Amino acid sequence: MEKLIQLSLSGIANGAIYALVALGFVLIFKSSDVINFAQGELLMIGAYLTYMTVQQIGLFWPIGVVIAVILAAVVGVLIEQLVLRPLIGEPAISVIMVTIGLSSVLRAIVGAIWGITPLPAPQFLPRDPVNILGATVGMDKLLAIGLALLLFGILTVFFRTSSEGIAMRAVADDQQAALSMGISIKRVWAVAWAIAAVTAAAGGILLMSIFGGVSGTIAHVGLLVFPVVILGGLDSIPGAVVGGIIIGLIEAFAGGYLPPELGMGHVTPFIVLVLILLVRPYGLFGQKLIERV
Amino acid sequence: MADRNGASMPEAQMQIEGIGLSFGGVRALSGITFNIYPSTIQAIIGPNGAGKTSMLNCISGLYKPQQGQIRFEGQNLIGRAPHEIARLGIARSFQNIELFRHMTVVDNLMLGRHVHMRGGVLTGGLYWGPGQREEIAHREAVEQVIDLLEIQSIRKKTVGSLSYGLQKRVELGRALAMHPRLLLLDEPMAGMNSEEKEDMARFILDISEEQRTTIVLIEHDMGVVMDISDNVAVLEFGQLIAYGTPAEVKANPAVIAAYLGQEHS
Repeated sequence: MEKLIQLSLSGIANGAIYALVALGFVLIFKSSDVINFAQGELLMIGAYLTYMTVQQIGLFWPIGVVIAVILAAVVGVLIEQLVLRPLIGEPAISVIMVTIGLSSVLRAIVGAIWGITPLPAPQFLPRDPVNILGATVGMDKLLAIGLALLLFGILTVFFRTSSEGIAMRAVADDQQAALSMGISIKRVWAVAWAIAAVTAAAGGILLMSIFGGVSGTIAHVGLLVFPVVILGGLDSIPGAVVGGIIIGLIEAFAGGYLPPELGMGHVTPFIVLVLILLVRPYGLFGQKLIERV
Repeated sequence: MADRNGASMPEAQMQIEGIGLSFGGVRALSGITFNIYPSTIQAIIGPNGAGKTSMLNCISGLYKPQQGQIRFEGQNLIGRAPHEIARLGIARSFQNIELFRHMTVVDNLMLGRHVHMRGGVLTGGLYWGPGQREEIAHREAVEQVIDLLEIQSIRKKTVGSLSYGLQKRVELGRALAMHPRLLLLDEPMAGMNSEEKEDMARFILDISEEQRTTIVLIEHDMGVVMDISDNVAVLEFGQLIAYGTPAEVKANPAVIAAYLGQEHS
């Protein structure tokens, strides 16, 4: 029983982080139809920027985190303006290849600045063990869940009530109509990339604090975005949240209950990915697209 | 040319001068020149493929004509992005409905208010203070549209679930919520039964009379066009072949030829 609770909590904690990263992916896809293979690298950049502000410059960590997040947003906007803007109107496959290339470039840049060896990172989230129903969980994991929920709350309010958020929903729904409403699609795309970079950075910062270190491999979390968004539905924001948590749980249970030498924890999310594609390719909450050719 | 009240014509609100538009080798519009006068209903008619929707798309900025000028209240429109043109006070509806299908009727209409909203990423997230006052003003504008178009009963419905006729009406409402000074309507009555058409014609007249909005209308139903419009522009093969009051246009031999075909003897 304790094992179940323990695995569930750490699964949800990881899942909340996956959900944050997936959310940015969905946002970009919904508003601009771009499948961003560099989402994991945005997470990596967020983590390294925090390493820079907190560890290297030595800022008090809340300030360092805020500055890192703002810088991450700037990076997101720059990527959109410099890399994706010129690709408007190009076939989807070209755009996908460019984002794959972008992911390599970003990893190389980070490697050039901070090196490729793992760096010890500040663990600003308290790690005191907390006892929940007999199971022991690190405080940092609970805080990760809490912070992720807080961010989802803020984003939900943003989409429901802010004119910028409503404009994003409008662009996702019908670009031509959005234009005729006086909505600047370019501006919406820039905001989508900024938010995607911020949520990914938040995920990266949480992971860095939980691991107590940062290295280029942190970007591999980006791969888990695919099982998450395929399960939840490529174009569904609630789907990203639910999918993230389910994938986090599946990973935790498969890793905890199946023989560890099989490494099932890492494989199972991708088995789920294949199964979902076979059974329900549009995911749990995705839109069933009918394309007539 | 006179408006419905017989008053003499004021200065043109929109001047369209020598508009030429080609797609590759296909000439969609050439040398289109006419004026649109404030608070009138301006119809654009013509056979299929005559270039009516292209003309509308040039005005709203979706197409960039290679030749000519369009001036709206003294401002040049050519080269401006569609969203900038919308912000100048030009709203439109589309031939094939372009609504935000996953949102409710009220949300669609609220999006019509987007041009008048100031809140940015940060202030928009804060829901109180000036933001709230602004919100209330926008809600009021939306309520007026709902009353005018008699869509109280469907306000909370998701647009995708509505009938075709009602969707057309919501699309008109969304354009109206922008409080435009010029309203472009691309076949607002296409595919409607006669009762729905009658309603739509009544709404268009109400908008014109109560809000003094200038309306540019593409429509195939000649009965409606001749009944409600002040001026009619007739296009054929991308050229303006006639312009005038409904009575003048009806009597124009070129128009009769375009619609009924030339008799070859």
